[in-house]
Parts: sequence; C-alpha cells; structure tokens
Amino acid sequence: MSHPTHEPIVDATGAVHAPHGSAPLLQVRDLQVEFMTNTGPVQAVRGANLTVYPGQSVAIVGESGSGKSTTAHAVIDLLPGTGKVTGGSIVFDGQDITHASAKQMVDVRGKQIGLVPQDPMSNLNPVWKIGFQVKEALRANGIATGKEADKRVAELLAEAGLPDAERRANQYPHEFSGGMRQRALIAIGLAARPKLLIADEPTSALDVTVQRVILDHLEGLTQQLGTAVLFITHDLGLAAERAEHLVVMYRGQVVESGPSRKILADPQHPYTQRLVSAAPSLASRRIQSAKERGVESTELLAATGGEGARRSDEVVKVENLTKVFQIRGGRPGQTTEFKAVDDVSFSIKRGTTMALVGESGSGKSTVANVVLNLLDPTEGKVYFDGTDLSTLDSKELFAFRRRVQPIFQNPYGSLDPMYSIYRTIEEPLRVHKVGDRKSRENRVRELLDMVALPASTMRRFPAELSGGQRQRIAIARALALEPEVIVCDEAVSALDVLVQAQILTLLNDLQAELGLSYLFITHDLAVVRQIADEVCVMKTGQVVEAATTDEVFDNPRQPYTRELLAAIPGARLEVFGEGIEDLPA
Amino acid sequence: MAWYVGRRFLQLIPVFLGATLLIYAMVFLLPGDPILALGGDRGISDALAERLRERYNLDEPFLVQYLLYLKGIFSLDFGITFSGEEVIDVMKRVFPVTFQLAVMALLFEGIFGIGFGLIAGLRKGKLFDSTALVLSLIVIAVPTFVIGFVLQFVVGVKLGWLPPTVGSNVNFKTLLMPAIVLGAVSFAYVLRLTRTSVAENLSADYVRTATAKGVSRSRVINVHVLRNSLIPVVTFLGADLGSLMAGAIITEGIFNINGVGGTLYRAIIQGQAPTVVSLTTVLVIVYILSNLLVDLLYAVLDPRIRYA
Repeated sequence: MSHPTHEPIVDATGAVHAPHGSAPLLQVRDLQVEFMTNTGPVQAVRGANLTVYPGQSVAIVGESGSGKSTTAHAVIDLLPGTGKVTGGSIVFDGQDITHASAKQMVDVRGKQIGLVPQDPMSNLNPVWKIGFQVKEALRANGIATGKEADKRVAELLAEAGLPDAERRANQYPHEFSGGMRQRALIAIGLAARPKLLIADEPTSALDVTVQRVILDHLEGLTQQLGTAVLFITHDLGLAAERAEHLVVMYRGQVVESGPSRKILADPQHPYTQRLVSAAPSLASRRIQSAKERGVESTELLAATGGEGARRSDEVVKVENLTKVFQIRGGRPGQTTEFKAVDDVSFSIKRGTTMALVGESGSGKSTVANVVLNLLDPTEGKVYFDGTDLSTLDSKELFAFRRRVQPIFQNPYGSLDPMYSIYRTIEEPLRVHKVGDRKSRENRVRELLDMVALPASTMRRFPAELSGGQRQRIAIARALALEPEVIVCDEAVSALDVLVQAQILTLLNDLQAELGLSYLFITHDLAVVRQIADEVCVMKTGQVVEAATTDEVFDNPRQPYTRELLAAIPGARLEVFGEGIEDLPA
Repeated sequence: MAWYVGRRFLQLIPVFLGATLLIYAMVFLLPGDPILALGGDRGISDALAERLRERYNLDEPFLVQYLLYLKGIFSLDFGITFSGEEVIDVMKRVFPVTFQLAVMALLFEGIFGIGFGLIAGLRKGKLFDSTALVLSLIVIAVPTFVIGFVLQFVVGVKLGWLPPTVGSNVNFKTLLMPAIVLGAVSFAYVLRLTRTSVAENLSADYVRTATAKGVSRSRVINVHVLRNSLIPVVTFLGADLGSLMAGAIITEGIFNINGVGGTLYRAIIQGQAPTVVSLTTVLVIVYILSNLLVDLLYAVLDPRIRYA
C-alpha cells in the first residue's frame, strides 16, 4: 500500500519514526514470549521491536517458527496454549496493554484491533450461519443489534466483496468457497472499524488469482477506512507488494526492518539476503543441475552421457483423458455427473519435467492419480513407455508401480508417524522383494546420502524431523525402487521458501544424475519457472495452454495464463526480480 | 430429509423380521422342555402337557410356530404367557415403568455429565479436572450392582433420604435412586467425552476468531465451544437410551422394580417364546428409533450434515 505521507525512517533499534511526528498506534518494545514445554521453557520471541503508525501498513516476514505469528498474537493476547509474555511492552494507542486484564482485552479486541486469521477453512465456526458470526462482532462491540445489525451485516459482507450478501449471510461456512470465507473473515475483522487490523497470512491458503483479488480488496478497503494493517506472511514478494514497511523476523528476533523497497534492493542481514535470493519469482531461471553449475564428477558425467540420445522418446503419454465422477444427488438413485478432467492430452519426454499448473479444482491432481493408475480414466488412454496402462494385469501393474513413484504435498501426512525413517524407506524395497536385509540397509544409507541427510537419520521418526527433512525422506522413499517417472503432487507447496529452493535444487540434481522424468503438479507458477521444461496450464478440467516453460512465461497466449502470471505476488515489483541475479545462491 | 426418514422407516421392516426370527430361534433352541419345567418337581400329566403344547403351538415345527406368532402380531395379538395373561397387557404394564426409569437415568447422565464435563474441560489439568477424571474412572470400574447395593444401603436404609425399594409404588421419588445407579456408568462416559471434546474445541481456530472479534468469554464458551462439543455427546446419549432400557435388568432387580428386565429374565428362564420375542423386539425397535432420532438431531446440531 502506498501512503506517501507516511514514509518511515528506521533507527538503530529497528523502530520507525514518522517524519511528521504523529504518535505511533502500536509500539512493541523488546517483546519476549515463552512457551512451556515438557523439556522446559522455549523462547519463541526474543526481544522483538515493532512500530505501526496510524494508517500505515507493515509486514512481518519470516519462515515458520520465526515468531512472526506469535508476536502478532501476543499483541491481542491470544497466545495459544502455554504461551506467555515474559518481557517487554506493548503499547497500543498510548495505552500499555502488555498485562491488561482479560476484561480490558475484550474491549480492545474487535473494537480497537481486528484480526483476519490465516486459514479460512478452520476459522469460521461450522455450525453457525455466516451472518450470525458477523453480527456477533457487531453486538459484542456495541455497534448495532437486532434488525439494524442484520442490515449492517449485509453491508459489511458486500463491502468485503461478497456478491448477493443478504442471501449469503443466511448460509453456512461449508457452503462458501475458500475465497468467500476469507471475505467473510475480512468483514468480521473490520466490522467494528478497528484502528489496526492484524492480517495473519490472510491468503496463503487460497489460489493465487483469488489471493490477488482479495488482497487488492483488503488494500482498498483499509486505505479507504484509514485502518493500519499489520501483515504476517512468509512470502517476501507478497509482503513487499502489500506493505510499505517490512520487518524481517528470524528465530524470534527482528533481524532487519525498513521500507519495503529498500530491503528488497539492499538487504543487510544475511538471512534477509538469503530470503531475497531464494524467493521464487518470474524473473528466476530454471535451476541448473550440479553439473551445469560446474560441479563435475565422473559419476555425474556417466549419468548424463546418454541423456541426449534418450531425450527424444516419450516415457508417459496421455491421450484424450477424461474422468467423470458420479455425485450423489438429493433423491435416491439420482446422480449428477462431474467432469473433473476433460479431454486432456500431453506427453512427458524422458529425463525432462512436465508441469501441470492450475488452481484448486482444475483437475490437475485427478490427472496425477490417473497417471499413477490410482484412478481409472473414464475415457482416453495413458501410455507408459509405449504400454497402455488399462491393459495391465495385476502382476504387470505391480511391476509398473516400481517404475512410477509419487511424492505428495504434505510431508506431515504422507509419512507414517509410527514407522522409523529406516522402515519408511525400506518398505518399498521389502514389498518388491529387492535384495536381502543387508543390501537393503546399504540401499537406505545410499538413498539418505542422495537426499543429503546423515545416515543416523534412519533411526529417527517423522515427528522428530522438520518439514523439509520429511520431504527429503519422501523423496528418498520414492527413489528407493529406482523409478523412471516421479509424480510430484504439490511436492514443495507446504514448505518455506528457503527449504522449497533446497528441495527444488535436490530434485533437479537427481534428475540430471538419474535421468528421472517428473510430472510436477503445482498451483505455483514461480515454482514451475524453476523446475519445468514444459508446462500445461489447466482450467476446469481442460488444458488451456501447453508449451515450453520459456514460451509460457515470455509469451503467454491465453488470457487465463496471463491472469495467473499477473497474480504471482511480487510480479509487479521490478526491483524484486533484478535483485535476485546479482546475489550468490 | 423426508426421503431419508422414509428410508430409515423402511429399514425397520427387515430389522423387525430378522430380530424376531433370530430371537424366536434362540428361545426355541434353549435346552429343556418348557412345559415339563412348568410342572416342576411334582410333574405334569401327559394329557395336560399335550393340551398346553397345543395351546402354545409347541407341537408345531419351528417355522410354523414362528409364522403363527407373526400372524398374531399383525392383529396385535402377541400371544399369552404361561400364567394366562395377554403378552400385550404385560408390555403395557412393564414398559412405562422401565421407560420412565431409563429417561430419568438419561436426564441424570446428560445434565450432570455434560455440566461436570464442561467444567472439567475448561479447567483442563486443574484440581477439578483431575478429581472428575479419577472419580469417573472409579464409577466405570466398579460394577453397577456394587454401586446399587451401597447406595441402597447408605441412602435408603441408613440415612433414609429416599425409599430403598420401589415395588408397586412407582413415582419420581422412588425411581430417583435407581435412575442414578442405572445412569452412573454412562454419566462417567458422558463426563469424559464432554471434557475431551470441550478441551479440544477450546483451541480451535474459530474459537480464537470469536475471541478476536471482542466476544466475551462466557459467550464464546456457550455459543462456540459448547454447541460444537455436544455433537459427539448427543450421539452417545441417543444410542444409550436403548442400552439403558435393555440394561436396566440389574438395577430393577436391586430395587425391586417390576420393569422389562425382571419380566424378560423370568420369561427366558421359563422358555416363554412369545413373551421373550415380543419384549425384545420392542427393545430393538426402541433402539433403532432412538438411533434415528440421534441422526436427525445430529443434522440439527451440525448444519454440514444433510441427509439425502
């Protein structure tokens, strides 16, 4: 957001002073937050400083676990579980609310400080109507009651950009899409016209085009109302685009703060530098494999030697694929048909990456499941190495499973928490009766080494590993059977940007080394840019554009593709793209 | 919705036929001749036994006996007991008593289980919570008849607060203690279920959102935590009504209540097929209907559930 009159200046402590001396709205000084765990207290925030002026927009940027959400929740006294403010001060509008009573905080929440929470799916109570939940905010803050409140609810929902607001107010959350729910949450957050709105990752759960529309709307609305906004986000591009002032947090501390453009163009702290360089954007290039980066070894040379010759043949070929689901209707025997995939054709050349891009509901995951032969196509054929998948008998299918392996989105869900890492990676080998115990153990070691994890990891359990480490385990498991094709279904979407960059590099190195082919399913075009050779853009079950990655990005032919490209956060910031190439990786 | 309820009622037909057939077969397969047993030690004359067998259709093969019984049911003739009473009169006499007892037990476990469970859930890890958990575990662990006899002795005989037995004097005051005993175990389960559910919902995202709106704590708990927490509890309570009616046999024995339990027990011992089958079938139907009620209530509490 740009409020030119509020260009802030940063001092040594990270505090910001408005040039014309207006009093700060929110001032957080040396904030310390602790969580009690079984092994003693853990400091989540260690001396954070933060200032927000009236009408200003500030973004706290950091990876998960950096303390950014904790800082924001401390401000409105909504720390989860055992969280406690153990030091520092929070002054809001001239009033110290660090240790305010529960009653005082009820007055502050909603009326003074609004919150737009992170996940629209879980933040609305499923058993109450949307209108009821908005009205609650009005009633609790003494804005309006009864008939008048009902009218105001419709106005607020319409203001948040919800069409047909009066009727929509009578619906339940499950009848709303993610974007509509987020609009309802924005209406709730702004219902009592707070002076400060805390937006905690307000759109990270939404599709990129929806994300943009909602953020644009939020920006316009808060500007119009003169509301100050405190964004919490892990996405540097989004932060830079939406906030005039950035606060970068790392391990519970503010490591850098200042005007957005200045931080992007000239990051001072090493962490910020890494964050800026790792942020995927349209300007980034396809990641080069280790060999191309200049790391040469005989092993690598041997692996890539035959690559040129094999590049031409198609390892997977999908022809006129259609998948129709039957949805149970309102009466017995009545069903409606839903065409999830509609006449999709593409092929993957050996040793290359094909990306399927689309928003949720575009049918891309259904295609992945058909290619994995987990779903049968309604019409059309899938050929693997020239063989029609529908002709396989159970034995051949078993053999096919070896050659095509999946990596799924959520590394927290795709690893069995009861299995040790060794058992997780060894399982496919055991199922397919590869080698004896000894050789399988060696293979697990080798695989862990391949994904750059120490061999000691195999005695650990998924719960003891970070998200990035788990995704490496999932990759190691997928590689165990030496597959030819790996289907990555949103394989990096759940990861922080730095970890995401590492995993993408790893996948790319493995491709060069082992001659793997990837089918990469993602909603994130910036990721596509880094990993894919060819792209299919999907919309409502159909492929709307298919071309090489460079073509799609430099010369998108379809309006839908252009819309997707424009929606990538940071796409409109020139400084962002330029900064990346100069920095060391 | 109408379709759904209609379909559920249609399901009652096979369940009714299956249940009656199964129970009839089991009574039929009970060892021993019920007519000879009726005579006891004194024995019974062959002529009388023959007459009785004919009267109760005991001389017919199993399937014919069963079909004759079914035929009777459709004209609301449930057969007669060995003492000559119409089974339907027996049911009219015993079901209201047991039903009243079961409903009182259900109210007891619902009101106190949910109440204490809510407090325990809100104060998770505190003294009240720990005490409630330990006490509920004891109630679950100790057999019902032990609780029954102890309460009967202490409250009924020693303190004289409540009448120790019911007998023919069926009213709220006499049934109060039996109802508490009958509902005790379920009360402990309801308490634990509510506690866990409340504690879990307290940390739900939408509860935090509600708090962030500026809504007071009491309203957050009543409007957002409680309703969502009650969904699993209601399921349990509904299914429990059937179990309470069927499971009242021990409690009815302790407090000398002329309800379904005792009547059913005597009928089984004597091999009175029509009585056993009729009583059990009514219990099965009560069970199915209370389950249907739960499913419908479920849809009221949780708008995401729509029946089609």
